[in-house]
Amino acid sequence: MERRTIFGHLWLPVALVAPQFLLTLIFFLWPAGQAVWSSLTRQDPFGLHSQFAGLDNFVFLFTDPLYRDSIGRTVFFMIAVSAISMSLALLLAVFADREIKGRFTYRTLLIWPYAIAPAMAAVLWILLLQPRIGILGVWLNRHGIAWDYHLNDTQAMLMIVLASAWKQVSYNFIFFLAGLQSVSRSVLEAARMDGARGWHRFRTITFPLLAPTTFFLLVVNFVYAAFDTFGTIQALTQGGPGKATETLMVKVYRDGVVNLDIGSSSAQSVILMLGVIGLTAMQFRFLGRRQTT
Amino acid sequence: MKRRTLLAASAVTPLAAMGRARAQSGKLQLVWWHSMSGANGEEINRLAKAFNDSQSEAEVQAIFKGGYADSLTAAIAAWRADQAPHLVQIFEVGTGSMLAAGPATKQVWQLAKETGVALDPAIYIPGVRGYYSLPDGRLASKPFNSSTAVMWYNKDAFAAAGLDPEKAPATWPEVIAAAKAIKAKVGTPEMGAVKFPVTSSWMIWAQLEQFGAIHDLPFATKANGFEGLDAELVFNGPHQVAQWDRLLGMAKDGLYEYGGRDTVPDALFYSGQAAIGFGSSAGRGDIVRNAKFKWAAAFLPIDPAVTTNPINSIIGGASLWTMTTKQRTDAEYKAVAHFLTFLSSPEQDAHFHQTTGYVPVTFAGYEKSKAEGYYDKAPGADVAIKQLSRGTMTANSRGLRLGRLAEIRAILYEETEKALQGQQTGKQALDNGVQRGNRVLREFQKSVGG
Amino acid sequence: MNPHRDPVAHTILVLGAILFIAPLWLVFVGSTQDSAAIARGDLSFLPGHEGFGSYTRVLNGPVPRMLMISFGMAMAIAIGKIIISVLSAFAVVFFRFPGRKIAFWLIFITLMLPVEVRIIPTYSVMAGMGLINTFTGLWLPLIASATATLLFRQVFLAIPDELVEAARMDGAGPLRFLWDIVLPVSAANVAALFVILFIFGWNQYLWPLLVATNPRLDTIVIGIVKMVAVETETDWSAVMATAMLALLPPVVVVLLMQRWFVAGLTEVEK
Repeated sequence: MERRTIFGHLWLPVALVAPQFLLTLIFFLWPAGQAVWSSLTRQDPFGLHSQFAGLDNFVFLFTDPLYRDSIGRTVFFMIAVSAISMSLALLLAVFADREIKGRFTYRTLLIWPYAIAPAMAAVLWILLLQPRIGILGVWLNRHGIAWDYHLNDTQAMLMIVLASAWKQVSYNFIFFLAGLQSVSRSVLEAARMDGARGWHRFRTITFPLLAPTTFFLLVVNFVYAAFDTFGTIQALTQGGPGKATETLMVKVYRDGVVNLDIGSSSAQSVILMLGVIGLTAMQFRFLGRRQTT
Repeated sequence: MKRRTLLAASAVTPLAAMGRARAQSGKLQLVWWHSMSGANGEEINRLAKAFNDSQSEAEVQAIFKGGYADSLTAAIAAWRADQAPHLVQIFEVGTGSMLAAGPATKQVWQLAKETGVALDPAIYIPGVRGYYSLPDGRLASKPFNSSTAVMWYNKDAFAAAGLDPEKAPATWPEVIAAAKAIKAKVGTPEMGAVKFPVTSSWMIWAQLEQFGAIHDLPFATKANGFEGLDAELVFNGPHQVAQWDRLLGMAKDGLYEYGGRDTVPDALFYSGQAAIGFGSSAGRGDIVRNAKFKWAAAFLPIDPAVTTNPINSIIGGASLWTMTTKQRTDAEYKAVAHFLTFLSSPEQDAHFHQTTGYVPVTFAGYEKSKAEGYYDKAPGADVAIKQLSRGTMTANSRGLRLGRLAEIRAILYEETEKALQGQQTGKQALDNGVQRGNRVLREFQKSVGG
Repeated sequence: MNPHRDPVAHTILVLGAILFIAPLWLVFVGSTQDSAAIARGDLSFLPGHEGFGSYTRVLNGPVPRMLMISFGMAMAIAIGKIIISVLSAFAVVFFRFPGRKIAFWLIFITLMLPVEVRIIPTYSVMAGMGLINTFTGLWLPLIASATATLLFRQVFLAIPDELVEAARMDGAGPLRFLWDIVLPVSAANVAALFVILFIFGWNQYLWPLLVATNPRLDTIVIGIVKMVAVETETDWSAVMATAMLALLPPVVVVLLMQRWFVAGLTEVEK
């Protein structure tokens, strides 16, 4: 979309764009370039020696069963978090859309978690499920269920999925609610008068009309699960026990910041960058096809 | 806009005063990063304050930086940003990495040479000195807190299980027998808070690295890495596999409870939940403070199938490394040297040892404690130093010098945690540890141009 | 069917509300209970007897400073990003200048690189600029992304031509136009964006973790995670009091600005 440009100044717009442009250069393009360069090197932790290593880092990653495990684990995590979070949000949005008493209160109560940091969500879930002090965790252990997500792979994964999905429900809820509210009432009325019952109406009319919102949320949830959950996972399990909760992002942190293997972690970052670019490109391509707005 | 300018202005003066060496008082500010919390952390603060009060040239600021691993990472990152602290406490397994640090550190012999302050390596006991020296005897970092692994046990629990509380199990079969006796009585009122017989802090260090040392088994070739960067890991020998199978078997039988990594399981012992807790001799301070039962320290048990004459265990703990920045002045380095001298004086060494449970690193400190009758007042406080000096040291019990050893330990934790959940055998865990660990070693070797 | 009586809806929504209020309630009551009791596993759903003692304990330590750092950082990010984006979007929409297309696309690219992915090289860049361990280092890299610019571009494109023409005929220069017309028209978007960015800034974890090694620059989120990291000797009711304090500002902001914020959020992503 264009508009008839109205001002003919030359230096003014350049000056106006300059700050953002400079920031983009310094904090996006240059680091991205550095990441690509580092991914082709082998460095010691202190950064004193740096050798060109060609594609060694990438080759190692793709032949490393642990990296492949990490990819699989991250994909599983992304799907689990998105599925749980979106279904719960949709369910709540459908009912919050109805004309019932107190619906504004419900909405407020369901929106507030948007304000929580992912790392804070972890702290809240620790209070619920930590084996020794968490109110539910202690209850489970006292009733014979050996609950300790520090020591059990499956429990650890369950824990991070729950904490991550929980936090994201409010975001999805906001969008689903907005989407539901934009479904024309008259269309729904017509369907109701045609005899379509609640669930049938939902399945054949409402849900398809929500498709753009759903697709959009799917991409956002995927990116959230892949990256923003870093704080949650670090606070809960730090990627353990073993590697049970080590997603790709946790692995980048572990290899880059903890083990100071700059070459490998840069290679991993480059791979992640390509993944995000792919996802975003897909999102824009699809959303670009929408007729409205 | 106004807020923005305010923020911009405040950003010009960095909050950290690390770049500036002299504070209001005119004294040189020395920054010391350490990783001691709890009772030991208070002792560190006391040391800093005592030094500050004893002279007017410099002021040491002790900052708790988190665990050893985090602290090492932070120190390296800080150095890369030209913001390294003057002194940082680096755990023993970081020694290999720090020796490859080149201009990032000033090794002790270098500090002595450049500042003219005498820092004599001969004052330190051999087991400690050897770990932190170059092959030719020059001292690289200042030995600070050295411990070894010991077996802490709950005497009250032993009595309640029908075992002799004065006689600690000396072999692994005896440990298992004791554990079974304890397990049989768990839940009874005499057993009190005990929930399970055995746990271990620092599991890899205490059960694998130490096991190898006292039984004269190698951890890696090339004298555990002391003789070259091309060392290969060999800790998956049959005796070590047997040790791992033993622990995994105990875990399955409910005799051994894995409490987590590093120091996390400490609380399990001093809170009374575990009757036997393997851990650092330096856990003494927290045990004295928290344990509500009678306890004692004992030598690590041996596996009679391997040997009946164990030799010395290796040290754990940390040393102090001096780091450099582009603007650090000679006066600051001199002040650091003075601080190191202060720390190794007999009074401070003895006090530190007696308060924390770390061994006295200097001969003079040990002699002073003996002369003061400390070991009569605190029986068992010399278990650590006795175990460290036991027998004749061999290439297998001198210690470990491997680059990225912290990462190798993390790998071993991961593999062991998998085995504890029944996903693989002890042999597979150690074999995987060797394979993954060797790759790390080769990467380190290549990265430092070795 | 009576639209106001809907037991199914109420049940589901009440359960949902409980799911999202319970942890918050737990933190609140936990902050009034005795730490030793909590450490023993006796955390209770009912308020304890320690009253607000934990808050006094907590406010005497590093927590007030951490709250200030978080606040400063969140404000800097929100305000900084809004200013930069408004200026860029304005330039790209209302002018024709050489390199305009390139500038736009380069800025657009930033959408594809979340901060976590470029984290380590960004650290090196900051180190090179001497911004490690500084307050500026906390927020500067985080205002660089283009999400807000795209939003404002949408909004500015939708400004009716009549308004633009009117301004032109009045002889108003571009900056006047920006100040008198464009900004007031976009006020609702600015408000919504402010909420979103404030929360984004307040909740940052990975970046402040890396760039600030001096504990004096810890944000409140980092502070809390550090507190729970040492699970053995934790003063739990203090942790919970800190958590309440950490949650308060963003939650208050969201609740107060709820209407604009929700409208703005769904607007941003179109």
